[in-house]
Amino acid sequence: MNDTVSGLLMLGLLVALLAAVYAPVGDYMARVFTTSSHWRIEKRLYRLIGVNPDSEQTARSYTLSVLGFSLVSIIALYLILVGQSLLPFDRGLPGMPWEMGLNTSISFVTNTNWQSYGGESTLGFAAQAGGLAVQNFLSAAVGIAVAVALIRGFVRSRSGELGNFWVDLVRGTLRILLPVAFVGAILLISQGAIQNFGDHTVHAISGGTQVIPGGPAASQESIKELGTNGGGFFNANSAHPFENPTPFSNLLEMFFILVIPISLTRTLGTMVGSRKQGLSILGAMTFLIGAAVALTTWAEVGAHSQAARLAGGAMEGKETQFGTWLSSMFAVFTTGTSTGAVNASHDSFTPVGGGTVLVNMMLGEVSPGGVGAGIYGILVMAILTVFIAGLMVGRTPELLGKKIGRKEMTYVALYTLSVPAIVLVGIGAAIARSSTTDVMGNPGGHGFSEVVYAFTSAANNNGSAFGGITVTSDFFQLSLAAAMLLGRFIPIIFVLALAGSLAKQGKVPVTAGTLPTHTPLFAGLLVGVILLITGLTFFPALALGPLAEALS
Amino acid sequence: MTLHSLLSQLPQALRKLDPRHLWRSPVMFIVWIGSLMTTVIAITDPSVFAWTVAVWLWLTVVFGNLAEAVAEGRGKAQAASLRAARTDVTALRINPDGTESQVAGTALKKGDRVLVQAGEVIPGDGDVVEGVASVDESAITGESAPVIREAGGDRSAVTGGTKVLSDQIVVEITSAPGETFLDRMIALVEGASRRKTPNEIALSILLVSLTIVFLLAVATLRPMADYAGAPQSTLVLVALLVCLIPTTIGALLSAIGIAGMDRLVRVNVLAMSGRAVEAAGDVSTLLLDKTGTITYGNRQASRFVPAEGVTVEQMRDAARLSSLADQTPEGRSIVELALAQGADDNDLPVGAEFVEFTAQTRMSGVDLADGRTVRKGAGSSVAAWVGRDMDPGVRLTIDEIAGSGGTPLVVAESNGQGAKVLGVVHLKDVVKEGMTERFAELRRMGIRTVMITGDNPLTAASIAAEAGVDDFLAEATPEDKMRLIHKEQEGGRLVAMTGDGTNDAPALAAADVGVAMNSGTSAAKEAGNMVDLDSDPTKLIDIVAIGKQLLITRGALTTFSIANDVAKYFAIIPAMFLAAYPSLDSLNIMKLSTPTSAITSAVIFNALVIVALIPLALKGVKFRAASAESVLRRNILVYGVGGVIAPFIGIKLIDLIVSTIPGIG
Repeated sequence: MNDTVSGLLMLGLLVALLAAVYAPVGDYMARVFTTSSHWRIEKRLYRLIGVNPDSEQTARSYTLSVLGFSLVSIIALYLILVGQSLLPFDRGLPGMPWEMGLNTSISFVTNTNWQSYGGESTLGFAAQAGGLAVQNFLSAAVGIAVAVALIRGFVRSRSGELGNFWVDLVRGTLRILLPVAFVGAILLISQGAIQNFGDHTVHAISGGTQVIPGGPAASQESIKELGTNGGGFFNANSAHPFENPTPFSNLLEMFFILVIPISLTRTLGTMVGSRKQGLSILGAMTFLIGAAVALTTWAEVGAHSQAARLAGGAMEGKETQFGTWLSSMFAVFTTGTSTGAVNASHDSFTPVGGGTVLVNMMLGEVSPGGVGAGIYGILVMAILTVFIAGLMVGRTPELLGKKIGRKEMTYVALYTLSVPAIVLVGIGAAIARSSTTDVMGNPGGHGFSEVVYAFTSAANNNGSAFGGITVTSDFFQLSLAAAMLLGRFIPIIFVLALAGSLAKQGKVPVTAGTLPTHTPLFAGLLVGVILLITGLTFFPALALGPLAEALS
Repeated sequence: MTLHSLLSQLPQALRKLDPRHLWRSPVMFIVWIGSLMTTVIAITDPSVFAWTVAVWLWLTVVFGNLAEAVAEGRGKAQAASLRAARTDVTALRINPDGTESQVAGTALKKGDRVLVQAGEVIPGDGDVVEGVASVDESAITGESAPVIREAGGDRSAVTGGTKVLSDQIVVEITSAPGETFLDRMIALVEGASRRKTPNEIALSILLVSLTIVFLLAVATLRPMADYAGAPQSTLVLVALLVCLIPTTIGALLSAIGIAGMDRLVRVNVLAMSGRAVEAAGDVSTLLLDKTGTITYGNRQASRFVPAEGVTVEQMRDAARLSSLADQTPEGRSIVELALAQGADDNDLPVGAEFVEFTAQTRMSGVDLADGRTVRKGAGSSVAAWVGRDMDPGVRLTIDEIAGSGGTPLVVAESNGQGAKVLGVVHLKDVVKEGMTERFAELRRMGIRTVMITGDNPLTAASIAAEAGVDDFLAEATPEDKMRLIHKEQEGGRLVAMTGDGTNDAPALAAADVGVAMNSGTSAAKEAGNMVDLDSDPTKLIDIVAIGKQLLITRGALTTFSIANDVAKYFAIIPAMFLAAYPSLDSLNIMKLSTPTSAITSAVIFNALVIVALIPLALKGVKFRAASAESVLRRNILVYGVGGVIAPFIGIKLIDLIVSTIPGIG
């Protein structure tokens, strides 16, 4: 079978799988967040943390819970990472230095999973499974909770209450992430992903001995994809055969990356009572990710450099078992979902391919975005779209029956402003330092792209690395940590404030004069606004990086 | 709008260069700072390029001010003519003890009573408490025909500055000097009391946030450019920034708002706030009084139904005969209908005697000299007059007409020997011409119309069906109206209504758009947020259209402004980095001749587009009633797609000219 056929077949299979589970998974999640009955174990948990699960929270209280919980998580993870030598299964490794510990704990709590370390050479199993993997679950559940709170803002009328964060957190973890991740881990083990608690020493043919690092990789791998986290157990991430052994496991991982972000559009549709609304949002996401897949694959498969022609595609930095097709697809899905897991080196992609995955993140992680973060991100963009388009139909704008007034627009504007501001300031500050040139892996436009990629990835909570650039200096450890922290929680604060002010409003009935937001026209407009805003913000940076490189 | 009107406002526009004024529009304020910076650069390091950029940046600010000045100028002219009406008058005050004293008009307080005689100007707003007079209100309404103002009832309000033409009235002053209707009107058309509306504020927030993003993008471009080995001058970066920030909409935003109010003034409606105009665009329920708005307000003959054995002509002529001397609207309408159906236009025969309608007989008619008598009236009275029961056929017709909400008028004739019923005239409330179409139009725009009437439900239903309104409220009391408004508002709908009576005041105040008729009472005018000087309730529909047009214009120009940026990037970015990355020349798709000419062209286009769009901002985007989806599709195409394409052409054309200038090309 040639590459094109197998590549298309894999893509077809993936789409079919996602289509099959879209409605059941989406509706299941909607039920999880709307039912009033608690599981027994949940009740016990609530009693343990002292929460009345039937009480509701205002936007302010919900936000404080999110921030408080995340702060505690960062501190706890930091202590585990820095003090891992005191824990069992430490493999004799020392604790992380404080900058790396801070960077890593923020990275995992913000669902970014940017890694300035190599997993197998830095961390023991307790830190991996008891620290990082736990945050893989919890940070994903936080993202879903915030998304659900925003959806409730649209659903509720004159209440101002957004549900209960602790209930959403517990249910997201116990009812959605844990069971699916469990099944995922088993499936990955069946393909050969490892799950043990020890390194293996083998005698090499040459006579010497070699230590082959082991560990509970499969269990961490499945939640790494499902929760759009992306932090690899091993340094080579999903290119490592212990994490991603076969093309089937590769398909499975792509499926896990996409399943929750995609299905959340159904959850949205079901919860707001307009399935078509969910579909139009999904349509916009699909168009963006589809275009990115097409562009990247075209660039990688059709690369025309001498080396690429001989290898049958741009094979530098790619695993031979995945080839250009599966590497391109994986790269697009991982950057479009804020996952950041990689099965190839993005640094080695062609300028157009690498530029596309970069733009994919610059879109603000909305195609389809991280678990929860994608849906709240695109809803904010939808409000922006409605504001501009709504005026053009002669009404003050509204979305899903809620008026977009001064307050709502303030939160939306601040949301849309915050991440690009962090990225631009980060890039500007880094590139202005003369020492930055020394840590780049390449000179010229490509080196510039590495810096742009690092801050784009961190602030958008993606976590994938372009590679090439060395980011272990204090400046990068701390500035990227700040980018991740601010890029996660500033938007969340504005989203929850927005949700609160939407929930306080009554609902405006739909008439023929209302701008319909469940149509292909609206989905197209949404795509247009996302592309325009991204393009206008980042065009100069892109021109000096990937564009300059691609055009030469 | 002519070039002359633009030029005449130039001094105003230059006066507005005061930063304290510009601060209100953050986008234009940034341009102002940019102009200042580039001017300093042009002075310290002079070059043709630097001076060109500096001059055009100043022009950008001036053009923005010009738009506002022109919009305000139109109101100022109107205000001047209104001021002329506010001359100093002396009033004849009637003191509580009954004595009279001459006082200055400005010394009048609320509650004072003044006597105004024929030929005198009414000194202040108030209600007529004694007498009746014809008043010339042309100073305010522009309508030269005098109106009647009388004590009591819904036509008691008089406006200061209007003139009593005949008779004399006693007016109780209801507003303090300086706060009269005329004063408020002057302030409104001048835009002196203009405050940003909620939607304008929300849009400004968006514009400010875009400006901040571009500010950051341009500020961080400096280190990026340094790294790329193509350091950029402040001049070029400022030029880029001004081109990117949404100057077009930023410059035109306040002009659009002022022009919207002005359009209302042109249809003789005064909005007390811009907020009300915006709300008009959002209205989803219109409450319309039946009488005077939907129907002509009086019952008119619509057909003749002859009894068995009687021809239509016979019956028609008899009905006409009985009504010839009848001066009631119903009677006149019978004569008109008969004529329209071909009856002879002859006068009442000599010796005929008109029998007037009385409450006892409940009939009217005519007694002819030849002994023939004709009567028309309610069924039971005519039956009594005829002396026997009605034929079943006639009774059926009567029931049918009554059932449809009409009024049956039975016509009978007696020739001395015996009386007989000739037939039935169908009287009904006639729906004004074109109303059905307008309601259909409103429905397409997603607006529900509710007819309010004091009629019984049966009559109301029939008229509602004929007029094509969506719903009706029959036997409506003021309390019912209030309840309906609250019900609609609870469902999230915005309600608009008109009213003129004092008992309408609470509902007018409760409605999101309450249009008071100028002819109405002061209480009604006080309660509403708009006043219709023509007192034409159907104007509610125009008001909604103007509100929508205002919002559409705002949205369209915002879209256009943002879409413009694509071309500007394609002009400026290759120009900036051509030296460092020659490959970027393939982004120079307009093939602009040199980097300096590219940047200059973008800056010039950015300034000129403001002037080019002033007429559109003032006139408003064309609005036609259609569903939201089709309006959106059209506007996206024109202002979105057009906004992307237009600057590519514009910048290229400017470049062709600019590139001939030495030092730039």
